[in-house]
Amino acid sequence: MDLKILTIIVVGATFALYIGIAIWARAATTGEFYVAGKGVHPVLNGMATAADWMSAASFISMAGLIAFSGFDASAYLMGWTGGYVLLALLLAPYLRKFGKFTVPEFIGDRYYSQTARIVAVVCLIVASVTYVIGQMKGVGVAFSSFLEVPYTWGVVIGMAIVFVYAVLGGMKGITYTQIAQYVVLITAYTIPAVFISLHLTGNPLPQIGLGSEYARDGVASGVPILAKLDQVITDLGFAEYTAQKGSTINIFLLTLSLMIGTAGLPHVIIRFFTVPKVKDARSSAGWALVFIAILYTTAPAVGAMARLNLVDTIQPGEVGSATGNIELTALPTWMLRWEKTGLLKWEDKNSDGRLQYYDDKNAAFAAKAEQWGWKGNELTKVDRDIMVIANPEIAGLPNWVIALVAAGGLAAALSTAAGLLLAISSAISHDLLKGVFMPSISEKAELLAGRIAMAGAILLAGWLGINPPGFAAEVVALAFGLAASSIFPALMMGIFDKRANSMGAIAGMLAGLTFTLVYIFWFKGWFFVPGTNMAPNTPDNWLLGISPEAIGAVGALVNFVVAYVVSHATAPPPEHIQHLVEDIRVPKGAGEATGH
Amino acid sequence: MTPENRSAYWKANLRLLVVLLVIWFLVSYGAGILFAGPLNAVSLGGYPLGFWFAQQGSIYVFLVLIFVYAFRMNQLDKKFDVHED
Repeated sequence: MDLKILTIIVVGATFALYIGIAIWARAATTGEFYVAGKGVHPVLNGMATAADWMSAASFISMAGLIAFSGFDASAYLMGWTGGYVLLALLLAPYLRKFGKFTVPEFIGDRYYSQTARIVAVVCLIVASVTYVIGQMKGVGVAFSSFLEVPYTWGVVIGMAIVFVYAVLGGMKGITYTQIAQYVVLITAYTIPAVFISLHLTGNPLPQIGLGSEYARDGVASGVPILAKLDQVITDLGFAEYTAQKGSTINIFLLTLSLMIGTAGLPHVIIRFFTVPKVKDARSSAGWALVFIAILYTTAPAVGAMARLNLVDTIQPGEVGSATGNIELTALPTWMLRWEKTGLLKWEDKNSDGRLQYYDDKNAAFAAKAEQWGWKGNELTKVDRDIMVIANPEIAGLPNWVIALVAAGGLAAALSTAAGLLLAISSAISHDLLKGVFMPSISEKAELLAGRIAMAGAILLAGWLGINPPGFAAEVVALAFGLAASSIFPALMMGIFDKRANSMGAIAGMLAGLTFTLVYIFWFKGWFFVPGTNMAPNTPDNWLLGISPEAIGAVGALVNFVVAYVVSHATAPPPEHIQHLVEDIRVPKGAGEATGH
Repeated sequence: MTPENRSAYWKANLRLLVVLLVIWFLVSYGAGILFAGPLNAVSLGGYPLGFWFAQQGSIYVFLVLIFVYAFRMNQLDKKFDVHED
């Protein structure tokens, strides 16, 4: 069957399923709208959290990033999983015991201050909206490519679908929809990986395959696949795949920023309010990580094997021999198809009718290549985002697998967008309206305000997705930096330091947030407007060689130090707050599952 | 519950946290980043060891840490009689 029709059928069927679930689980009360009635089983909650957490960045971009930066991409793998340890040990059980709906609500109550609550709302909205923009972009690209409509229409269709199931369903609808989305996305991710691992190593488990002997089509080579990859790319002048290339301090701090940011992102934290007990909040973080780890331990194999397949396709023969490179007339169909999208480009610089792929920035190797008549790297553009989507085609898998991958990418982007939108709408309707400006608002009016806020957030995110202020990667770095430097320290101090008071928390959040924002804007331009940056975004200009993406960890440290010093220099928090802290430290007496 | 009991429970909790977070730090920042270079001289199957910790091992250890934490905390809850039901 035609690939386009097949894709529409597969994607259409999965969407019918999501929307059906959302309608079946329609939210009736505000409690259900925000936190699914607090009655979701920890394993199911873990699965929904995994879908919520794994966005287009995890599904589409990460393996491509690994393929081209090798060891250095470990920062993303460890950062986006290690944060769950912090979440489980330092935040989740205590926030569940506290038993409210939102993150700003905790901050407002713990620091007995509406100002603290409003500052938390601002941090939450800025971090979440920036993150949603990236998802809308992903959705737009996916829809426009397989429906063959302009990108803008792709975003609009995505907005309409998110609107239907997020606005009607609320948290309860989203939770059950996300469980279905997890199943779709993990199936779509692992099937191609299993086939490729089987093809290259004879082992169907990608996690084991990556540590096995290279045996393409069952022909043993006596060399491990990673050693083979190191060898074929160093033969072409590239740096070793398994060795570190960037500076240690930068990899270290980037990992730390991503971990703290993960633990501080409100749409993830809010999930732990939905389990029945404190006990369940502890294990639910573990279950979430089980489901996330299935994708995250597969991704390194997908990346490494895709890189090896790419090099083998272009350089089937010996490096430097006259017939070692593929002839342009013999390029595989997947390369021709992706060339049309503009995401893959090549140019026959030395007019020999063959394609050369090597590191022409490596001076020593470029000199050697010139003797062979090579005149520069001819594979001029490989957008790393195509690697996961092109993977089934590269491996020669049937069309239904390709269609499934499209459905999986959309599931990842839409589930994350819905979770973020819910966090935004609850911050506006519950924290700002009910909590600060209109305390007497009825439950029905609050529910309506939540839906209006969500619709507004979808429109804003869609508009920004069509007119993005910068590249998605920059925007995501900002989201993590903000969450790491503002929200996480305030939550952690609120639980672990009884002496932390409102002055300290507000000063800390503002200091951490300002420091991080200014550092990012300094190198990337104020509000990402090109040309307004104060210094070129290169390693020699960075403070101690720390990239703007990695600065969130330093911002978090600034927040902790300021909050600690200010808290201890001013009056301690009132008696009842100190009792509140003692109370959230023990599970006994936690609220009922549907107590609100 | 008595204040002494409460503070003993909290201290036991903090001790557990410190142990688990030290392991968390050692596998990811230690074996996966700071000492990954030297560890790469050793291999685990076809994986250089440092690379394995950075892209596989640390994630498995994170999982174990969370479940050990959940299990130990449930025991502590019972021991100090602060469990929910």
